[in-house]
Amino acid sequence: MLTKLATDNLVEVDNVNFAYDSRQILKGVNLAIRRGQVVAIMGLSGCGKTTLLRLIGGALRPSAGEVRVGGRAVAKLSHDELFALRRKMGMLFQFGALFTDMSCYDNVAFQMREHTDLPEELIDDLVLMKLQAVGLRGAHQLMPSELSGGMARRVALARTTALDPMLIMYDEPFAGLDPVSMGVIGQLIRRLNDSLGATSIIVTHDVAEALQLVDYVYFMSDGMIVTQGTPDELRASDKPFVHQFVHGEMDGPMPFHYPAEDYGRDLFAGKA
Amino acid sequence: MMKRKALDLWVGVFVAIGLGALLFLALKVGNLASFSAAETYLVKANFDNIGGLKKRAPVKSAGVVVGRIEDIVFDTETYEATVTFSIDKRYEFPKDTSAKILTSGLLGEQYVGLAAGGDTAKLKDGDKLKITQSAVVLENLISQFLFNKAADGNKDIK
Amino acid sequence: MTTVIGFFEHLGGRATSAIHRLGFASRFLLLTLRNSGMCFRRFSLIVREIYFAGVLSLIIILVSGLFVGMVLGLQGYDTLVRYGSSSALGVLVALSLVRELGPVVAGLLFASRAGSAITAEIGLMKATEQLAAMEMMAVDPIARVIAPRFWAGVISMPLLAAMFSAMGVFGGYLVGVRLIGVDEGSFWSQMQAAVDFQEDILNGVIKSVVFGVAVTWIAVFEGYDAPPTAEGVSGATTRTVVTSSLTILALDFMLTAFMFRGA
Repeated sequence: MLTKLATDNLVEVDNVNFAYDSRQILKGVNLAIRRGQVVAIMGLSGCGKTTLLRLIGGALRPSAGEVRVGGRAVAKLSHDELFALRRKMGMLFQFGALFTDMSCYDNVAFQMREHTDLPEELIDDLVLMKLQAVGLRGAHQLMPSELSGGMARRVALARTTALDPMLIMYDEPFAGLDPVSMGVIGQLIRRLNDSLGATSIIVTHDVAEALQLVDYVYFMSDGMIVTQGTPDELRASDKPFVHQFVHGEMDGPMPFHYPAEDYGRDLFAGKA
Repeated sequence: MMKRKALDLWVGVFVAIGLGALLFLALKVGNLASFSAAETYLVKANFDNIGGLKKRAPVKSAGVVVGRIEDIVFDTETYEATVTFSIDKRYEFPKDTSAKILTSGLLGEQYVGLAAGGDTAKLKDGDKLKITQSAVVLENLISQFLFNKAADGNKDIK
Repeated sequence: MTTVIGFFEHLGGRATSAIHRLGFASRFLLLTLRNSGMCFRRFSLIVREIYFAGVLSLIIILVSGLFVGMVLGLQGYDTLVRYGSSSALGVLVALSLVRELGPVVAGLLFASRAGSAITAEIGLMKATEQLAAMEMMAVDPIARVIAPRFWAGVISMPLLAAMFSAMGVFGGYLVGVRLIGVDEGSFWSQMQAAVDFQEDILNGVIKSVVFGVAVTWIAVFEGYDAPPTAEGVSGATTRTVVTSSLTILALDFMLTAFMFRGA
C-alpha cells in the first residue's frame, strides 16, 4: 500500500516516453508534483497532456521511463493494487462523464455503494454533503441530461471527490463553460484541494483561469516539457512560446498558417 | 428512470409470460402431456424386414397409441431386426400378442400395431413377442402381383 | 495488372482484419464470461437489463408473432386444401413456427430492436468517457456494464421466441379455425400428434438460446469496440443489425441440418 515517504512528491514522472502506433506522443517528460499542490499542465491540443494524465492513472503504460505515485511505479502494480490505488485517486473527465442512466444522487453515491459497505442512511448523508459542497444539493434528483454544462461539471466534481481522494486529476475542467461557471469550478477546485488536503493536477489550455488558480505550471509542447514555473514567473516570461500562449497571440512559434505553397504561386497557378 | 419496484414487476411479468408460452407450446401444441410422463415397460420383437420404421414411431393397438419404438438393432445371429419398444404401464398385453408393421394411410409413416392374443399370462418388462409380421415392401408386392398375373396367364393357356 | 493485384491485396487485407476482429471479439466474450460473477451475485443488474432488452421488445414480438401466424394460416390453407389436407393446417403452422420461424424471426427482431439499442448505449457510454470514468473509479466496466447486458439477452431470447411461436399458433388458429372454418378438433389434435416435445420444441428452444448468445455477443462487442464518435456509433449499430441477422440465418442452417437431418 502507499507509505509515507521522505520525499513529499506525490507524483513523479521520470523520463517517460509514450508512443502509440509508431507515433511518439511523449518524448522524455520529467516532472514532480508535491503533496498539497495544485499544478497545471498546459499546452496546445495534441501535445500529450491528456496522455500524461492517463499514464498517471494507470490506464496507459509508458514505453520508457517510470510514472510513480506515492513512490510506487504505477505500471508495475498488480491488478488489485492498481484498483486500490485508483480508489484514492479521482479523475474529472472533460464534460463530466456522468452516468446518464442514473440520477445525480446515484452518480455521487456510485463509488460509495461499489467500494464500501456503508449503510444507505450514511451514504445518503455523505452524498448530500458532497453535493452541498458544490452547491447542487437541491438538484440531487435530476438526471444528467437535465443539467446545464456547468452544473453537470459540478456534480461530476462531487462524484470525483466522493471517497475523499488524495490525488485529483482534472481533464480540461473549464472547457465550454460560461465565465461564471468557470469561476465557480476554479474556486471549487482550490477549495476542495485545500479542505481535503489533496493534490490536484489540472490539464487545461485555459490560461487566465489556470494562472489565477494554481501553485505551479508545467508547459508542454510536442510531447515535452518546454518550460515550468509559478504563475507569476510565466506571466513575466519572455520566452516566445510562453509569451504567445499566455497572451494569446495569433502568430509566433506556433505558426498561424498551415504549411502551404507560396501564396502568389497558388493564386495565379490556375486549377490543376 | 423507472422505479426499482416497477422495473422488477415488469420483468417478472415478462418472465412469467415467457414461461407460460413455453408451457403452452409444450402441453397444448406438443405431445408432452400425453406421453412422456407415463411409466413404461420394455418389450422386444424380431422382424424380417422393418421397412421404413423409425425410432420414436408410435406403437398402436386398436388404433390407440400405447407406446413408442425405443431402439432398432440388427441381430447378427438370426439376421433379423430386433425392435425394442416401450409400452405404457397402464396397458397390459397377453403373452401371445402379435406385432405387425403397418402404414398410416397409403404412403404415410410406419408404425407397429399390436393385436392382443388370448393368453391369460401377461407380458412383463423384458419379454419378447413371438408372433410378428414384417412390413410390406412395395417391390415385393409388385413382383408378386406380376407373378400372379403371369401364373393366371399360364392357367388360361393351359 | 497492378489494379488486379491491388484488388486482391485489398481483399486479403479485409479478410485478415476480419479474422483479427473475430479473435478480438472472442477474447472479449471470454473476458465477459469470466467477469460475470458480479452480475449474478447482484442479480438486480441483470433484471434491469432484461427490462430494457426483453420487456421493451414484447410488443413487437407479440404483434409480429400474431401476424406471422395468421399469414401461415392463410397461405398454408391455400396450399393444403388442394390436396384435401386442410385438417393438417395446425401441423403446418405449429411446426413452421416452433422449429424455424419462432427462433429465427424473433431473433431477427430482437437483433434490430434490442441489439441495436445495446450497441448504441454502450458505444455512447464509451464516447462520453463513462466507461473510462468507471475504470478510473476502480469499477470494472466489463463486469458492471457489459456482462449484465449479455446475460439479459441470453435469458430474454428463448422467452421471446417461445412467445412468438405461441402467438403465432394462436394467430394460425384465429385464421384457420375461426375465419376459414377448418375443424377445430382436428386442428389441435393433429398438431399435438405431430409436434414432438423433444424433437421440435426443445430443438427450437436450443436454437433460440444459441441465437441469443450470438446476437447479444455481437451487440455488446460492437458497442464496446465502436469508435467514440457519432459516425462510429452509428456505424457500429448498423453493423450489429447486419452481422446479427446474417449470423442468425447461417447458424439456423447449421443447426437445422444438425438437428433435423433425416427426420
